[in-house]
Amino acid sequence: MTPDRAETPVTAEAGPTEAGSVDELVAQWEDEKPPASGPVTNVATGALVALLGVAGVIGSRSLGVGSASEPAPGTWPLIISIGLVVLGLVLVMRARTAGFGEKFSVDSWRVASGLATMIAFTLLIGEIGFEIPAALLAFFWLKVLGNEGWRSSVIGAVLMPVVFYLIFVTALSTNIPHRF
Amino acid sequence: MDFAPVIDGFGVVLQPENLLYCLIGVTVGMLIGVLPGLGPAATVAILLPITLTVEPVTAIIMLAGIFYGAQYGGTITSVLLRLPGEASSVVTVFDGYAMARQGRAGAALGIAAIGSFVGGTLAIIGLTFFAPLVASFALDFGPPEYTILALLGILLVASVGSGTLVKALIAAAIGLLLATIGRDSFTGSERFTFGILQLSDALDFVPIAMGVFGLGEILYNLEDRNNNTKAPTKVTKVLPSKAELKQSSGAIGRGSVIGFFLGILPGGGAVLSSLAAYAYEKKRSKNPERFGQGAIEGVAAPESANNAAATSSFIPLLTLGIPANATIAVIYGALLIQGVTPGPQLVEDHPDIFWGVVNSMYIGNVFLLIMSIPLIGLFVKILQVRAAILAPITVLITLIGAYTINNSVFDIFLVCLFGAIGYLMKKVGLEPGPLVLAFVLGVLLESSLRRSLILFGGDPTGFLGRPISGTLVAILVAVIAFPLIAKLWKSKSKQKELV
Repeated sequence: MTPDRAETPVTAEAGPTEAGSVDELVAQWEDEKPPASGPVTNVATGALVALLGVAGVIGSRSLGVGSASEPAPGTWPLIISIGLVVLGLVLVMRARTAGFGEKFSVDSWRVASGLATMIAFTLLIGEIGFEIPAALLAFFWLKVLGNEGWRSSVIGAVLMPVVFYLIFVTALSTNIPHRF
Repeated sequence: MDFAPVIDGFGVVLQPENLLYCLIGVTVGMLIGVLPGLGPAATVAILLPITLTVEPVTAIIMLAGIFYGAQYGGTITSVLLRLPGEASSVVTVFDGYAMARQGRAGAALGIAAIGSFVGGTLAIIGLTFFAPLVASFALDFGPPEYTILALLGILLVASVGSGTLVKALIAAAIGLLLATIGRDSFTGSERFTFGILQLSDALDFVPIAMGVFGLGEILYNLEDRNNNTKAPTKVTKVLPSKAELKQSSGAIGRGSVIGFFLGILPGGGAVLSSLAAYAYEKKRSKNPERFGQGAIEGVAAPESANNAAATSSFIPLLTLGIPANATIAVIYGALLIQGVTPGPQLVEDHPDIFWGVVNSMYIGNVFLLIMSIPLIGLFVKILQVRAAILAPITVLITLIGAYTINNSVFDIFLVCLFGAIGYLMKKVGLEPGPLVLAFVLGVLLESSLRRSLILFGGDPTGFLGRPISGTLVAILVAVIAFPLIAKLWKSKSKQKELV
């Protein structure tokens, strides 16, 4: 069987810009990456990690650190906490070379608001069941975070709780709090 | 080798329920492989609550199917859109997309499917013979061996991760610290519970995995990152020609072997093996300049390798109880929740689970081959479903699923909390994989360390006195020392160049 050579011309226009060689492709991926965070983030992360380690050391001591021959509940947490302090300080010292994450951007508000809807869902579910919070969450994610139109957002917000009701309440009979 | 349990294992797989869950698993795997965004670790984590309602073997058959199915699906977007659906399909982009531009997308996808099938199947055969051997060897392992093995596992996963070593180790250390929360199993005293009742039974694995991998990834994807994909309309004729099959058969064989062995190593896994297989093919080729211009071996080798590796990475899990990568760590967690502790005894104590899961992979690979050749067009259509619609569905599945584990609102809070932590970790460049892996191994590591220390009367050199643990310590030292030596070597040769 010979393959049809003209079968998929559509794919050629898939990418926004065409890169030819592997090197160009890799370079293009680098360009498309979001802006990297800088050494300051690494210093802050390292300091936070070291602080967590210090808190761990204090906590472990109150549990009793024991000895090598008679380990106590605090022995292992103490070892890890000391490790965290050391690793945190190493990160602070090597902040320029330790590799960067991503800059927080204007878009980070989307993450914060997305998280807020989840927490609101969690707070409401025990009080009024999952259906209304699920509809509100779905609407917010579709309309605000997803830039969907009014019509599809409303349809999605109504359909999703219904489908989840059918799956989790009717079919699987889980104990998820529900109002209806 | 006694083949009776192996054959009984087929009996387990062929039960209609298990066949159905295998099919669901590979289909979901293929779908998430196609969709950029959620990876296999996140998907397996999100679906953990569902697995609680079925038998352990059924659950693991499905979760394993998601893992290796994702390797198939990841190829499709690499070839058609130049967007790797999974990290393990990144190298496939080079030649796969070049082939698509030449109008050979069908052949590229076809050879990837065939290579994946061959790689996966060869690796299952390897697993069948190799795993019981490793398990019988490991039966003699005591606490000292497990201490070093767990440390080695964490270290290897940390050192092969995509970020820097110090950051990966920080993530691992946080995971280990989280694992100490709750009642101490030796003395019964409470540790770091801050008077919160729900924490006294230790932090549950499920909310951590669901949060860090699942919600963390969803939140991360909320920031716009050029993920707008334009789906191609159709792909037809997904069968490579005889010449192309002949040309790539060697690459498929070599890729499968490379994938199998790299997959066994903790931290190796599908990503590393696909890179290694591609690099090897390019190196041994008489005209390496063809690579990147649509060489079919450049698709066949990495795709065979990543599937072989996905399969063989079950070996350390099923025989030693050491997960080799993030997704396997979540599957490890799923087994623990089901009351099954993976380790050398698994093949003896639960032959139905061991052989049921192993043999399900044959069937799963057949399902995938069947689905990927005629149904590729359908999977391509799925790319047209907008991320904006999928996101709230995934969020709701995660939140509702989290509640159903223990019928507790507290668990949903934990998922949200760890979702935020997972997002922040990704932003500052800390990989979430080592955290979850270390959390999973934390309890084993602490209890074996404490037992060992009591055994050795507090003398840590005792680890060197036992042949197996001594050897493992030597490997551990080599793993730590090798990158440092390599770095020194590099800087020295640089200095020489400057002189």
